[in-house]
Amino acid sequence: MNDMRPLERMVNTDNIKISARNCHVFYGDTQAIKDVNVDIEDHTVTAFIGPSGCGKSTFLRCLNRMNDTIDICRVKGTFLIDGADIYDKSVDPVQLRAKVGMVFQKPNPFPKSIYDNVAYGPKIHGMARTKAELDEIVERSLRRGAIWNEVKDRLHAPGTGLSGGQQQRLCIARAVATNPEVLLMDEPCSALDPIATAQVEELIDELRAQFTVVIVTHSMQQAARVSQKTAFFHLGNLVEFGETGQIFTSPQDPRTESYITGRIG
Amino acid sequence: MTDISANHTGLQGTSSDVVAAGLPRRNRKQSLVKTFGILAIGFAFLMLFILVGSLVLTGYKAFTQTHVTLDVFIDPEAVPADKLPRGGFNDVLASALISHFSDVDMTSRTEVRAATKILSNGAQFALRDQVVANPGLIGQTVTLTVPVSDTYDQLNKDLIDRDTPEQNRLLSNAEIARFDILKDAGMITKPLNTGLITNADSRFPELAGLRGALVGSFWALLVCFVISFPLGIGSAIYLEEFAPKNKISDFIEVNINNLAAVPSVVFGLLALAVFIGWFGMPRSAPIVGGMTLALMTMPTIIIATRAALKAVPPSIREAAMGVGASQQQVVFHHVLPLAMPGILTGTIIGLAQALGETAPLLLIGMNAFITSAPDSPFQAATALPTQIFIWADSPERGFVSRTSAAILVLLAFLITMNAIAIFLRNKFERKW
Ligand SMILES: Nc1ncnc2c1ncn2[C@@H]1O[C@H](COP(=O)(O)OP(=O)(O)OP(=O)(O)O)[C@@H](O)[C@H]1O
Ligand SMILES: [Mg+2]
Repeated sequence: MNDMRPLERMVNTDNIKISARNCHVFYGDTQAIKDVNVDIEDHTVTAFIGPSGCGKSTFLRCLNRMNDTIDICRVKGTFLIDGADIYDKSVDPVQLRAKVGMVFQKPNPFPKSIYDNVAYGPKIHGMARTKAELDEIVERSLRRGAIWNEVKDRLHAPGTGLSGGQQQRLCIARAVATNPEVLLMDEPCSALDPIATAQVEELIDELRAQFTVVIVTHSMQQAARVSQKTAFFHLGNLVEFGETGQIFTSPQDPRTESYITGRIG
Repeated sequence: MTDISANHTGLQGTSSDVVAAGLPRRNRKQSLVKTFGILAIGFAFLMLFILVGSLVLTGYKAFTQTHVTLDVFIDPEAVPADKLPRGGFNDVLASALISHFSDVDMTSRTEVRAATKILSNGAQFALRDQVVANPGLIGQTVTLTVPVSDTYDQLNKDLIDRDTPEQNRLLSNAEIARFDILKDAGMITKPLNTGLITNADSRFPELAGLRGALVGSFWALLVCFVISFPLGIGSAIYLEEFAPKNKISDFIEVNINNLAAVPSVVFGLLALAVFIGWFGMPRSAPIVGGMTLALMTMPTIIIATRAALKAVPPSIREAAMGVGASQQQVVFHHVLPLAMPGILTGTIIGLAQALGETAPLLLIGMNAFITSAPDSPFQAATALPTQIFIWADSPERGFVSRTSAAILVLLAFLITMNAIAIFLRNKFERKW
């Protein structure tokens, strides 16, 4: 795995991983996402920013069909990953979610041991043939989640016994354990202290080499630090989407400008 | 009220003044609520105490049984070895007993019969069983401890007042005198009444026990559990986790809730018509009783299971789905284990209800008079609550205390089951 990285870094990837066209999402009668079009590039970190309730989580959850589980939620439009429609009848959401991992806004470890939390995904997908292989996957994932050193001596202690920040990193480790191609992160640092946040940000930067990362964040600084592309949502609309540097230095839309300068939000 | 509105309109007080002004009223309300709660709980406890207290007061005497110990010479003439199991066991017992009395004429049948009324009707059968098991006893003297009949049991337990005039008393002075002879000779004992648990039902209170009812209740509950637990959990999981939420599932949900509120006697009528009438299943059998109870228990289990499933936080489901678990895996790997304590508690409470249920069992004939415990759920039997019903209906005085004792036994089972439910909940309850 590791020896692949330099090679992948060198390839200048501007091929499109995820493409969304004319997307509308409704919760019952209220529309949460209005006609959003966006192209997310492979091996980049794309940040979604915007005021609370503008639909960032909703849109993110469209990308792994997590909204299917909400009865009143209806999704319209086209979502392509690697050119294939993920809402096509032939697509099994289970398979899709193995390919598109997710870290949730609130840390939600299973009430099982730390080891089982991470091993669960690989186990159900049959990714490890032997216990040793599974052990290796667990260790590698926990290292990637920047939590290995803290938990290596208590792998069989309950995951729910960790601190909030540790739990969130455990959830990141759990999400990367299935080796997804896309990693969706919904405010992964909202429960973390600055040190853990810095660790996770560093981690996100590393993950970019292998994954396409989409991160929702309320912190402008974080978006600026970790992302290459930024999308600004406002009241269900995608107002502006572009290079992170450009969004933060010379936003085109007045709404973007007032948000990043702290006037709306 | 007025002082507070004055404060508001006047706007003189700072906000903390306003809060302080309102505090006594708020505290008063709070202590009112508390007092009311304590009174309510106290009242409930008092009622419980009176109930259990009165049961214990009438029932405790049934936990002992007066016995008489006799040295019985098994006369080979009265009990010929080649005629077993028939034989004059009654005569043998009578002569053993009457040898202690000087006032009884052995040649007068009526006098002998009156004197042997001290012995329970079951005494001859106890002796017969012993001799049949070991014919070598014929011609020897055996020491036999047998129950005395109900009336003398009452006398020994001071339930018959010796001071009432003789003509108003169940026992004559002579009969009491004979009993006292035995008592003075140290032949009367009052051991723990194990027969209450180990004997089946009988017409004679001193012989009647709960064994048949306990076994019948056991079979009925087993059948009830085997049917209602998987069906109840299965339908709850399907309804809660897999069924599309639409008009049909709403309709089903409403009906299950209604089903839980249907009076149990209706289920009894249904079982009588369907199980016994159409399917031709045996009357009075625990299998039918269990199936009827299952009909009643299932809605309880479904409702408890759905509540337990609902209580599992959605974040756990999302987490599992997020790593690519299928709906079935989400439910069986994550949701069910977390919901299990709630499901088990609900099930045990449902079964406890079923254990105490009487009306449907009466309708399917589980109140028959049956003097042996059933060997299988297909044989006729009674159940604990119907046995209580039968005893409560019996005229013999000995059944009064036995009814209370049986209720205490039933309560003990119910309390045990509920304790198990609480234990399971505490043991397996997980924090997340
Ligand atoms: N399950 C739901 N049912 C009904 N409405 C919902 C549901 N989830 C979200 N919404 C609505 O959709 C809109 C967008 O919500 P969403 O969670 O996507 O916002 P968000 O941008 O992630 O906000 P935050 O930054 O606070 O997390 C909100 O108006 C919200 O009320
Ligand atoms: Mg959100």
